[in-house]
Amino acid sequence: MDEPVRIDCQNVEVWYGSKQALHGISIRIPSNRVTALIGPSGCGKSTFLRCLNRMNDLVPGARTRGSILLDGEDILSPATDVVDLRRRVGMVFQRWNPFPKSVFDNVAYGPRIHGIRDKARLAEIVEDALRKASLWDEVKDRLRSSALELSGGQQQRLCIARALAVEPEVLLMDEPASALDPISTARLEDLIGELKERYTIVIVTHNMQQAARVSDYTGFFYMGRLVEYDRTQTIFTSPAQEQTEAYITGRFG
Amino acid sequence: MRAKRVWSALGRSWLVLSTVLVVAVLVLFLVHIARQGWQVMGWEFLTDRPRRGMTQGGIFPAIAGTALVSLLTVVFSLPLGVGAAIYLTEYAPDNRATRWIRLAIRNLSGVPSIVYGLFGVVLFVDLLGLGTSLLSAGLTLGLLTLPWIITASEEALKSVPRAYRDGALALGATRWQAVRTVVLPPALPGILTGAILGLSRAAGETAPILFTGVAFFLPFAPTSLSDQFMALPYHLYILSTQHHSLEKVRPIAYGTALVLVGLVFTLNLTAFAVRSRMRRRLETAR
Repeated sequence: MDEPVRIDCQNVEVWYGSKQALHGISIRIPSNRVTALIGPSGCGKSTFLRCLNRMNDLVPGARTRGSILLDGEDILSPATDVVDLRRRVGMVFQRWNPFPKSVFDNVAYGPRIHGIRDKARLAEIVEDALRKASLWDEVKDRLRSSALELSGGQQQRLCIARALAVEPEVLLMDEPASALDPISTARLEDLIGELKERYTIVIVTHNMQQAARVSDYTGFFYMGRLVEYDRTQTIFTSPAQEQTEAYITGRFG
Repeated sequence: MRAKRVWSALGRSWLVLSTVLVVAVLVLFLVHIARQGWQVMGWEFLTDRPRRGMTQGGIFPAIAGTALVSLLTVVFSLPLGVGAAIYLTEYAPDNRATRWIRLAIRNLSGVPSIVYGLFGVVLFVDLLGLGTSLLSAGLTLGLLTLPWIITASEEALKSVPRAYRDGALALGATRWQAVRTVVLPPALPGILTGAILGLSRAAGETAPILFTGVAFFLPFAPTSLSDQFMALPYHLYILSTQHHSLEKVRPIAYGTALVLVGLVFTLNLTAFAVRSRMRRRLETAR
């Protein structure tokens, strides 16, 4: 890879109990690019994504092996401060999950738990995060109303703003548009394009057109293995592996 | 076709009849207590102490005793119960030990209250040397309510969507921060409702306080934790079975029953109000 690497994974393996979910994943994720992970359901792409902020730690019986270097530092090491890691590596979930609090309090949640109390500073952070998530204009007059009154697409962008408010370096997205209508999806994809200027983005999607539209690099997962990883253009026009071609042309999956 | 309609009508009549019967018995019971109790009811009854061998005067020491012992009960069991529930749902690994503990707690909530009373005597009155006192009785009632509070709190915590926890943790919250900020608030109505309902049952209990702190007759409300105290349910028991002239004190017994029922009723209404109010607040936040 001829680009600066943000996350360098070597031989990552994950077990759930005695079942191996990921086999020897090695992948280098470039800085300030969008990397898409595609593959059929259960192929391990979400499991891999959740390694990158150690959310798999929360699954009882899950074990992870290998090394994942974020800016040269192994985040799988037991010495890693998981709380700090998750501040640096934000995550947006498949099903938007704003807290039952106001729009403002949702975005201010992260900064607050990290110790920011100053009201003016918080207001600044909230506005900035909402602007970056291109939601500010829609919600600036209703910051005090409940986040759950927003539309689905707005709630998902709110979750992105909430993740951005703690100033992460990497943003993980787990099928962020799978429950959105086409218009909201289009807005979200535009937003992802804008965000990559500042953040390194890894997005899991089962929508291949979406991967083709938004990403610079694409990795194809199948049965817990990374079958192929290359520039998105290459993957979608001249994949090296037959399995990849079969999947992207819709012959299975 | 015909048979189907007959069965349907029969089924419906059974359901309606059951409901009417239950409601009728309940109404009759309440009306009876209210009417009999009303004869003695008044300011003096609520604020005066029993006089002339309990045949006259009021029941203030019993009201104060029940109120204070209930307060102590909550002070002991709420923090402990909620703490245990949070540990069991949020922290404890899901293994055999945890499941056994949970099962044991469920079983404890079915143990007869007199057993708690005996346990209270052994542990608090004798072993810890607290004597028969307000403190011993409060602790014993606290033990009695613990399983109810733990169970209600666990249910309330479990009903909070996992996505809230994941969302908070993914932002770099510690487990404790996640619990405090996004798990506890939505669970609070359920926890408080459980606690108040537990309390209202404890307030009406006689057996657990029988050997641990309640007194037959005291002219005053307790002023310290080591005092003995009078309590409404026990006073009612005395007046209806142990008094030397049962006929004479019958109206006072009914008055006591009315106050006790009123207290329990008020507590249950409070639980109901807390729940619907907090749920509404959560809903508007939704």
